[in-house]
Amino acid sequence: MEVVQLQRSFLEYTSSLFQEGFLDAQFSQLQQLQDESNPQFVMEVVTLFFEDTERLLNDLTTALDQSNVDFKKVDAHVHQLKGSSSSIGAQRVTNVCIPFRNTCEEQNIQGCLRCLQLVKQEYFLVKNKLEALFRLEQQIVAAGGVIPMVE
Amino acid sequence: MASSSSSFMGFGDGERPHVLAVDDSLVDRKLIERLLTSSACKVTTAENGQRALELLGLGEGQRVLSIDPKVNLIITDYCMPGMTGFDLLKKVKESSMLKDIPVVIVSSENVPTRMKKCLEEGAQEFLLKPLKQSDVKKLRCHMTKVNHSSDGKLCIGR
Repeated sequence: MEVVQLQRSFLEYTSSLFQEGFLDAQFSQLQQLQDESNPQFVMEVVTLFFEDTERLLNDLTTALDQSNVDFKKVDAHVHQLKGSSSSIGAQRVTNVCIPFRNTCEEQNIQGCLRCLQLVKQEYFLVKNKLEALFRLEQQIVAAGGVIPMVE
Repeated sequence: MASSSSSFMGFGDGERPHVLAVDDSLVDRKLIERLLTSSACKVTTAENGQRALELLGLGEGQRVLSIDPKVNLIITDYCMPGMTGFDLLKKVKESSMLKDIPVVIVSSENVPTRMKKCLEEGAQEFLLKPLKQSDVKKLRCHMTKVNHSSDGKLCIGR
């Protein structure tokens, strides 16, 4: 595929992710921090986010599976997830963390389980989208093009 | 927009300010490191307060060093397990060796009482996460000069 077509696809796809609320302005901050001396910065941070989140989701699943749920511990994990998702601009994940913290405070196990399900959903959605975005970037670079900056 | 940061704020060529960034989140450490290096700072990261104190020469079992740890700014997350950012701030301000190093607290939660107590304890600034490039540019004026860390701050007031 031509570089120009790939670049257009990249810009359209990125725009849609912002429009649909998967990503917010913080993601643009990450993109602005990427340059010739740090060409993989976005992918590196996002990869750390994926690893961190998958660990947290496992910990949350385990914590909520206990006969005597430690809600403080659950809340601490959610707080971490809220923070890291916010730092990379994964808005929809961050947004689910807010009611999740409320259900922890209320010690509402069913509420927590529902929120965990939602947060997993949103996480895997944004993960798929970002991986698709990175693949587009790789295609552009492989075709000899430059990754365009999103306005 | 290129910024000639080498002579910015009185730091000469090769005199990049050294920032110690403390945060238990790996994602946030990566972000703060990049934000600071993009602003021409040297960065050392620590994952908790204990480690930060060790790097500053004030760890448990370490003899108090008379050597200047050469850190021009400490930026720490507030919410950390074990020693919080506030605890770290207090320890730094209680130390005759470290008390002149400016400390900035960052937090994901906008709690006015939290902000107030940090500022009262001697923090230079309280910033909200997630951190952006505009926040880091603000930090430069809080950094002490590289070779004269006890010569006071580069801007008056907050």
